[in-house]
Amino acid sequence: MLPPTIDARDVTIRFGSLTAVNRVSLTVAPGEVFGLLGPNGSGKTTLIRGLCGLVPLAEGKAIVLGRDVATESERVRAQIGYMSQKFSLYEDLTTRENIEFYSGIYGLSPAEAKARSEELMELTGVAPYLDQYAGRLSGGWKQRLALVCALLHRPRLIFLDEPTAGIDPVARRDLWDLLFRLAAEGISLVITTHYMDEAERCARVGYIYLSNLLVLGTPHELKQMPGVTPPGARWLEIYNADSANLLLRLRSLPGVLQATIFGQSIHALVREGCRNADLGLSQARVVETEPSLEDVFVTISRMQTEKK
Amino acid sequence: MLGEFSHQRMVAVARKEFLHIIRDPATLFFALFIPVLELFMLGYAIDTNVRFVATVVFNQCRTEESKRMIRMFENSKDFRVIKEVYSDAEMNSMIVSGKAQVAIKIPEDFSRQIEAKRSAQILVLVDGSHSSVAGVALNVSNAIALQESLKQYFSERTMLIESRPRILFNPDTRSANFFIPGLMVVMCQMMAIMLSANAIVREKEKGTLEQLFMTPVRASELILGKLIPYLVLTLVEFGTILFLMWSVFQVPIHGYVSTLVGLTFPFTLAFLGMGLYISTRVDTREAAGQMAMGTMMPSIFLSGYIFPLDSMPTFFWYVAFIFPTTWLIDAARGVILRGAGWSELWLHAVVLWGMGIASFALAAAKFRKRLS
Ligand SMILES: Nc1ncnc2c1ncn2[C@@H]1O[C@H](COP(=O)(O)OP(=O)(O)O)[C@@H](O)[C@H]1O
Ligand SMILES: [Mg+2]
Repeated sequence: MLPPTIDARDVTIRFGSLTAVNRVSLTVAPGEVFGLLGPNGSGKTTLIRGLCGLVPLAEGKAIVLGRDVATESERVRAQIGYMSQKFSLYEDLTTRENIEFYSGIYGLSPAEAKARSEELMELTGVAPYLDQYAGRLSGGWKQRLALVCALLHRPRLIFLDEPTAGIDPVARRDLWDLLFRLAAEGISLVITTHYMDEAERCARVGYIYLSNLLVLGTPHELKQMPGVTPPGARWLEIYNADSANLLLRLRSLPGVLQATIFGQSIHALVREGCRNADLGLSQARVVETEPSLEDVFVTISRMQTEKK
Repeated sequence: MLGEFSHQRMVAVARKEFLHIIRDPATLFFALFIPVLELFMLGYAIDTNVRFVATVVFNQCRTEESKRMIRMFENSKDFRVIKEVYSDAEMNSMIVSGKAQVAIKIPEDFSRQIEAKRSAQILVLVDGSHSSVAGVALNVSNAIALQESLKQYFSERTMLIESRPRILFNPDTRSANFFIPGLMVVMCQMMAIMLSANAIVREKEKGTLEQLFMTPVRASELILGKLIPYLVLTLVEFGTILFLMWSVFQVPIHGYVSTLVGLTFPFTLAFLGMGLYISTRVDTREAAGQMAMGTMMPSIFLSGYIFPLDSMPTFFWYVAFIFPTTWLIDAARGVILRGAGWSELWLHAVVLWGMGIASFALAAAKFRKRLS
């Protein structure tokens, strides 16, 4: 088996007295799409910056692409791509000029630069926008351009910090198709997102809450976690015309541990022995289901808060 | 460290920075328009030299001597007789209304007094609200009076002594000759510090710096790549002002332009370094602009650009020499007006190079520390 692309052990990052990342351990395999989830301010961006060597680790150790980021951050950075949370290319430069600039910065020879950018333009389809100012591109095209610039030097690992935030659903889906093509080439991807459907598409997911990595596993594994479905309880998916009122009523019942609206339906965690009739659900269509990833994250966040 | 200094990376940065400059109308405006505007203001509008002062004459005497006296005033080119008046009241109102700044009154007994070998008097009224006019008017009228009395004293004999003052180096005492070399220096300073103060902070503000840190670009490549276009732009501005000074304002350049460039180069480095230092310290462009202004103001006022160094209190006289501006203005006037060369200006060169290298090194060290 190939050595992991990222091997982080007890990574801790502090800003003064604030611990932004607390003893996080994780591995990412070559070609794996790894999702990082968690509320805003939980430490996702900081963890990524730590793994790139942009901020020093207070404790712990991170081996990225076989090198220690604490001592060889420059070499590590030369082999990874990074798309920051905020669009960070030059808006007053055209698409072409941005690509040329990054080709120069990454030390590509003119021939290499030409071949590589043609290859990436083919992949991303930015060619028609070459002479537009980057600042004038729509969100989706900005992200594709950012991706081109992050891929010019053929990195073996790419960090994407909320790449799909604020772009339309079609562009979002296209971007994910692109990411899977990269993964198929053996490139590892670490991606942060707030979208559950995106989390479902990741090979493995880590959930960070208040600086701590609470869970880590495949989406399927996370849904099977015993803590998420307490012994003797089950998850129901309830379809009813008036979900809003039903939700309020369900939440007031002692037999219902949790209830949230989930698209057209309600997801509820109910104790064993509570029959549909007890819940007043004789009229509704009810199916037993496994928890969604959102159910998982909400439940473990709550458990974490209650523990304190 | 990853490999050696890369020429390619530096050129990539320089190219990109050049594109930023030509796409930013505010910078271009500062770079091209302001200096030229200032130049024309100083060159034409604010001519602090006093020439052809509006003058009225009240000649009560009306003799040959008195008329010759008035011609002497006119010939000095400092006075321009706009009107002859015939009463004290009229004379006063011309001054009070501001139509004339000087009035010359020659009393009725002027010639009689001279003939009687007594001291003849003329009255010169000067509007003191224009201090520079007043000073010149006083000096010139004193000189004319003195010359005339000498002539009278030696009467028909040839003059034993003829005073012909000649001002060296700036024979017409034109203010353009004095101010434009200083302006050139001050404009270069402003350009260098403003451009470089924005260099890093702009990328910080836009979030592009973080992306750059992810690339193999080194601090030295980033600094040099950014500063080269600024240096070029500053030197272009320098050349433009120099050319306009010579062609439009007819200020002769007595020394070598190469001497001037050789001194302006380290001077620009000093201010590029200072701007870069500011840029690494602050987080917003606004703060950078304020800090740049803050360093610029004292150096403009204390540099001898406006107020002559010799008229400063001793303490400030010493403080003035901390600023590279003081050294370059002195050197520029030396080269342009006096034709000074390296043998006179070697100290200026040593000091300016020292300041340039020190400021640059300080900024680079500070920046490198922030980067890692
Ligand atoms: N440079 C910094 N200095 C001080 N605090 C920071 C810095 N960067 C992030 N933080 C803090 O660290 C915490 C985690 O932030 P971040 O990693 O950006 O969260 P996320 O990306 O998950 O939204 C936040 O409380 C944030 O305020
Ligand atoms: Mg973030």
